[in-house]
Amino acid sequence: MAQSTPSTAPAARTDQRLGALVLYMLVGVFFGIILIKSEVVSWFRIQEMFRFQAFHMYGIIGSAIVVAAASVQLIKRFNITDRDGQPIVIPPKKWEGVGTRYWLGGIIFGLGWALLGACPGPIFALFGAGITVIIVALLSALAGTWAYAYLRPKLPH
Amino acid sequence: MLEFISQPWPWYVAGPLIGLIVPLLLLLGGKQFGISANLRHACAATLPGQVEFFQYDWKKSGLWNMVFTGGIILGAVIASTVLANPDPFVDIASTTRADLEALGITTFEGLVPAQVFSWEGLLSLPGIVMIVVGGFLVGFGARYAGGCTSGHAISGLADLQAPSLVAVIGFFIGGLTATYLILPLLL
Repeated sequence: MAQSTPSTAPAARTDQRLGALVLYMLVGVFFGIILIKSEVVSWFRIQEMFRFQAFHMYGIIGSAIVVAAASVQLIKRFNITDRDGQPIVIPPKKWEGVGTRYWLGGIIFGLGWALLGACPGPIFALFGAGITVIIVALLSALAGTWAYAYLRPKLPH
Repeated sequence: MLEFISQPWPWYVAGPLIGLIVPLLLLLGGKQFGISANLRHACAATLPGQVEFFQYDWKKSGLWNMVFTGGIILGAVIASTVLANPDPFVDIASTTRADLEALGITTFEGLVPAQVFSWEGLLSLPGIVMIVVGGFLVGFGARYAGGCTSGHAISGLADLQAPSLVAVIGFFIGGLTATYLILPLLL
């Protein structure tokens, strides 16, 4: 039942060691710098993408997928383990019926993405770049998350 | 060198670097790249109430991701100060600029149009709809779909997951609707 085990269920493995957390933070710093320097956090760039008027965003997302996919294939093919020697497992996303949650959730997310011009990663990056009013969008996104969780038993998935 | 990396980065540099984050997180600790999960962790940490969706150990499953997200903010501070782009304008296509001017956008300096994305702009109708409603839909939709751009468009598609492809098609149906039907009414 997707209701009891959503595909969004948090990963089982824990990692609260300080050394590990520092490494995750450094990867985050790396991501934050790329988000700003490539301008994917820009509302203007998102409009350019949804109007199909430049290759920039498609090039970024497309090449990110290619590099990530090749890496994942290598990890799977050679059974590469993580830093602790644990096998790397990517749980498949659950699918039920016609995939209502992916259609409806995707459309709702897309409406918000184009209006706000930012998805969750860029919301945090814009805050770091000094666009302080984005904190209101973050609070709204938290309210949206809460509203989903509250309505979840009644929503079609 | 500093001058060189202070220029906006082209897609063929930024895209592959973003792609590398997926294997980096997997190798560091079997973690899945996905930012919007943090919105759930934040709710679970602060306002779980009696909602079943928030009844889990957020520190155990999400602390690493919240720290990762803190890193995003720090990286953005570095990128917009030490590595700040000398040109304040985002070099969007001239057709996009013309379309946005026709809609009524007049401020093109910076990463976002200041007429909407500022504390003064927030008090206007476009400000409320784009920031408050837009943010709400991003949060609601991401959890309903089980992921956002990072979780579905990048991690999910990279692992050839069909649900992620459907979600990304949904992102575009929604995004095109907002761009061509809602923004013209709003701006």
